[in-house]
Amino acid sequence: MKYRVVLRRRFKTGLLFEGVLPVLSVAVALVFAGGALSIFGVSPVATYRAMFRGALGSGYGLSEVVVKTIPLVISGIAVALAFRMKIWNIGAEGQIYLGALATAAVVRYFPSGNQAVMLLTMTAGAALAGGAWGYAAGFMKSRWNVNEVITTLMLNYIGLHLADYFIYGSWRDPSSLGFPMTPPFPPSARLPQFFGTRVHLGIIAAVILVLVFRLVIRWTRWGFEIRAIGDNPRAAVYSGIPYGRNVELVLFISGAIAGLAGMTEIAGLQGRLQPGFSPGYGYTAIIVAWLARLNPWAILVVSFFMGVLLVGGETIQVIMRLPLASVQVIQGCILFSVLGFEFFRNYRVFLVRKESG
Amino acid sequence: MEVLIPILAAAVRSGTPILYATLGEILTERSGVQNLGLEGLMLMGAFMGFSVTHATGNPWLGVVAAFVTGAAISLVHAFLSVSIGANQVVSGLAVAMFGTGASALLGRKMVGLTVTGFGKIPVPVLSGIPVIGPVFFDHDPLVYISYGLAFFLYWFIFHTRPGLNLRAVGESPIVVDAMGLSAARLRYVYTLVGGGLAAVGGSYLSLAYTKMWSEGMSAGRGWIAVALVIFALWNPVRAILGSYLFGGVGAMQLRIQAAGTSFPAPILMMMPYIFTILVLLVISVKKGKGILLGSPGALGVPYSREERT
Repeated sequence: MKYRVVLRRRFKTGLLFEGVLPVLSVAVALVFAGGALSIFGVSPVATYRAMFRGALGSGYGLSEVVVKTIPLVISGIAVALAFRMKIWNIGAEGQIYLGALATAAVVRYFPSGNQAVMLLTMTAGAALAGGAWGYAAGFMKSRWNVNEVITTLMLNYIGLHLADYFIYGSWRDPSSLGFPMTPPFPPSARLPQFFGTRVHLGIIAAVILVLVFRLVIRWTRWGFEIRAIGDNPRAAVYSGIPYGRNVELVLFISGAIAGLAGMTEIAGLQGRLQPGFSPGYGYTAIIVAWLARLNPWAILVVSFFMGVLLVGGETIQVIMRLPLASVQVIQGCILFSVLGFEFFRNYRVFLVRKESG
Repeated sequence: MEVLIPILAAAVRSGTPILYATLGEILTERSGVQNLGLEGLMLMGAFMGFSVTHATGNPWLGVVAAFVTGAAISLVHAFLSVSIGANQVVSGLAVAMFGTGASALLGRKMVGLTVTGFGKIPVPVLSGIPVIGPVFFDHDPLVYISYGLAFFLYWFIFHTRPGLNLRAVGESPIVVDAMGLSAARLRYVYTLVGGGLAAVGGSYLSLAYTKMWSEGMSAGRGWIAVALVIFALWNPVRAILGSYLFGGVGAMQLRIQAAGTSFPAPILMMMPYIFTILVLLVISVKKGKGILLGSPGALGVPYSREERT
């Protein structure tokens, strides 16, 4: 008795399926990552336990998870917007840096004692700078069809070094004993923090962005254009939707949102600009958007989960003396697993009994 | 001129790991698969090369181990990209993340150790040529192999039958399938070989360049290599020029910092990336005018026969 595998193309997926698949793929990823960890000589059980206990086992841990969720939600929404139009904005990291750079510039050159004024100017500056970084890639894409994957990736590094240029250069705090960092921001340039934790105003920005994303994509003409281009660019162009203009606009807005994450991160949390203030939020945002399948509610959930991993990573760094980069093993496995499970989204698998031989 | 020779020689040494990775990615992309994960592959190669060499004392075994490791990780990328038809950008990022994390985790006990690794072997006669000799022929064996590899791959890609098949599968996999060859198999092979070469580039760092292991030691060279493939217009010989140019920037940066001049290092470090964008711009503008410059037509596009039973 022999069986053969038959694959059928799947055209529709049910709600249950949509809910179960991501959870299943993350579970499989955790198992695989655990296997990898044990091969690398680290006990996966102890690691996972330390991670989850560190992140979820105390009020402080939980608040730190929320702190990390904020930039992930914001930059996750940023890349999801571009991804929805099948524009691969890999440049959120650089756009975050530009947003932070602009925030520091506003604080340095246009200081104001009024917190509301400061908040407005910092937000505008960060959005413009991040937006400009995205727009640069969008402009080249719409004008000359330059591959945005590479340009946004390169712009990440240019943005990172640009920030270094100022931090190590003219913006360095003379009283920092040679440490590369700008002087601390004045109180008016700090975002309020809540409940005696480090959770800051950025959380409201994140929630608003999730709602706006949903509204715009679902219910506006522009959202319809984005979805139409994302689903079938050629058909969209034939029906009169301007492609180039939307590419530029989407990358500008996407960059602006990511820039906002840079602003909330340094004005809400660190109170100054220093190198490496983002532990790769812009890259993790890609996992977030991908895992959430661009659904804004799911982006909230997935960002929280990624926040747990990041805080857990810091915990195992302290407790088990493992490098912080260990988390990337888990993140990589999650991406692999999610991509692998795409197969089951696209195909139904049957086992069919062969008649004979 | 005398002042320039050490800088040029350093450019060659610093460019060699980038050259290996770029050559590997040229093969992969010529077959139509894009692997953005070079950074992770290089780090895994650097770690594996180092640890095997440390255990056996034989750096050649380290290089082989690096190649095998790079190919093994690329197998996952190949499976997802070729067999599943998954998004290659995301899969490549996953390779980069996994490799960075795994190498840091594995290498945590290797920090501070050293190996003998590869030493300088000046090429007889050639190393005596003024300027050219000290710049190109006073290095370790892996540098010489990279010269040979670049020219070999040029010959292979443009002047052999398998090379023609490679270019064909990157241009139009359906044609290759119609020719009776398996597009999927070709893509698997070149994704694996390409990933292996990237890891060999990484092993150069730990076996010849610094002779020790440190976390994240490839320091962005993998991403530069992704960019260099475009800079080189998917041509292995042009990759030599690009790698040394970018390697030179790295070497210069160290010297400028050491010399204590006021030229800001971050600006210098930006240059390779700005340069890449400019090159990409030129390629794209020319492509818009119908002038093709080597970019594989089916790059990054999944292909399936859609008759899978």
